[in-house]
Amino acid sequence: MELFQLVTAKTIPDAVKAQAQSATAQNGADVRFIAGGTNLVDYMKLNVERPRQLVDINGLPLDKIERTSEGGLKIGALARNADVAQDATVKEQYAVLSQALLAGASPQLRNMATTAGNLLQKTRCVYYRDTASACNKRQPGSGCSAIGGYNRMLAILGTSEHCIATNPSDQNVALMALEAVVHIEGKNGQRAVPVSEFYLLPGSTPERETVLQPGDLITHITLSKPVVGAKSGYLKLRDRASYEFALASAAIVMKKDGDRITYVRVAMGGVGTRPWRALEAEKVLMGKAATEANFRAAAEAALHGARPQSQNGFKVELAKRCLVHTMGQVSQIA
Amino acid sequence: MAIDEHENEPKTSLGRLTRRSFLSHVGAATAATAIAPLASSSASAEAAPTEAASTKIPGTVPITLRVNGQSHAVQVDPRATLLDTLRETLHLTGTKKGCDHGQCGACTVHVNERRINSCLALAVMQQNAEITTIEGIGGPENLHPMQDAFVEHDGFQCGYCTSGQIMSAVAMVKEPWGKTDADVREAMSGNICRCGAYPNIVAAVQAVRRMS
Repeated sequence: MELFQLVTAKTIPDAVKAQAQSATAQNGADVRFIAGGTNLVDYMKLNVERPRQLVDINGLPLDKIERTSEGGLKIGALARNADVAQDATVKEQYAVLSQALLAGASPQLRNMATTAGNLLQKTRCVYYRDTASACNKRQPGSGCSAIGGYNRMLAILGTSEHCIATNPSDQNVALMALEAVVHIEGKNGQRAVPVSEFYLLPGSTPERETVLQPGDLITHITLSKPVVGAKSGYLKLRDRASYEFALASAAIVMKKDGDRITYVRVAMGGVGTRPWRALEAEKVLMGKAATEANFRAAAEAALHGARPQSQNGFKVELAKRCLVHTMGQVSQIA
Repeated sequence: MAIDEHENEPKTSLGRLTRRSFLSHVGAATAATAIAPLASSSASAEAAPTEAASTKIPGTVPITLRVNGQSHAVQVDPRATLLDTLRETLHLTGTKKGCDHGQCGACTVHVNERRINSCLALAVMQQNAEITTIEGIGGPENLHPMQDAFVEHDGFQCGYCTSGQIMSAVAMVKEPWGKTDADVREAMSGNICRCGAYPNIVAAVQAVRRMS
């Protein structure tokens, strides 16, 4: 780990000002906010992250989970994953988020990790983690060792010839299905970005992962008022029963009128370069009967654009079955 | 409140190191922000130096940690994790280093009564926290019920992961989990045992849960 200076932010504008000194808020940023530290300290130990300054934001008043006046939910950037997962409102009205959080990491890590930190969770691609390997995300222009290398865990959707790294988060998959909004305070004031527009595809600039600009601090996320009668669920398939990243996961929100699907949101994890919203699958399902055949057709549509690599072809069918199974389970309670 | 770093120039050798290494970047950045550099908080520590804090070690900063009910004034490298500080500086070696990357749970301690991986926590960020290690929950003469249960149920072989397992288990008992063995396995999934003593660990944890 390289030497850094640690400063403590007393106010949100202080934090914004400090990070704004960095040339970027993306990979290679030389000023980093630190909250739980579970991802950042890990990558600093590996010399993948080498900030010259850490801005400790744990003292900022951003850890609340509270109702919005519109009947939705506001989750502070510093709310710990464990607290969000166990929050009574989240469990009851946004079950998919609680389930996704509890499927991620370990209890120890969930006690440390924060909502905003999880939003910015880095890929687990082994070549990104290894500074001796080529990686366009870590070292732009150096190449991609994963293409043709060890890519069993990596993405089949949203990839480019420059990067096939998977977004590893469970939380973010649920947030895609819930159409969460990310609230940011930056140099030019506050703004709100739908989570569907928050993440960038790797394209030719995989080092850029989000819309965050220098100085941008995520202050909270909001979830809109739950659709009356809609139910949700999360299923994560992995190599071990617990404490492992997803090979494929599915987050489903569904409402039915009788047997007919009147509202549905479909998102996938473990298969995309960003948390993946499957709009095509939703189109297939809207207004249709909640049958296994329709679920399968939706899953086919969701994976239509999949481009598997040398070792992860199995993910195409796995992701489809994950979707079909989860749609079936949510359909039974919806 | 803008803090002029030149007026609050850190008195520690870290300050000198920082300035030597990063002056061209940091000086302007920090002076321009209304942020208190960590090292400035050292002023109060230096006003009333303890024996440990008065020993200058190049590149370190003075901090106070509260561990097992006692306050310790220590000098740490800002890169030092809570794990390394507990073991190498405070000589509380009951907490073990396994993977050092938050993947094995051997380093589990309690911070403000919640279990965390001490290998991913920077010591300098734990100054207002109440830290509990395996040494703080019980010893050979007064075993914690969980320690007793691990002995009773043979919940270990080599013992290296055991302090982490026990710290995790003590916290887990107070968390909202279901009653089954499967719940215990899920709740304890952040603690890896290479010897594979899992069935006995589950038995030990369940024995304690049945007591409470």
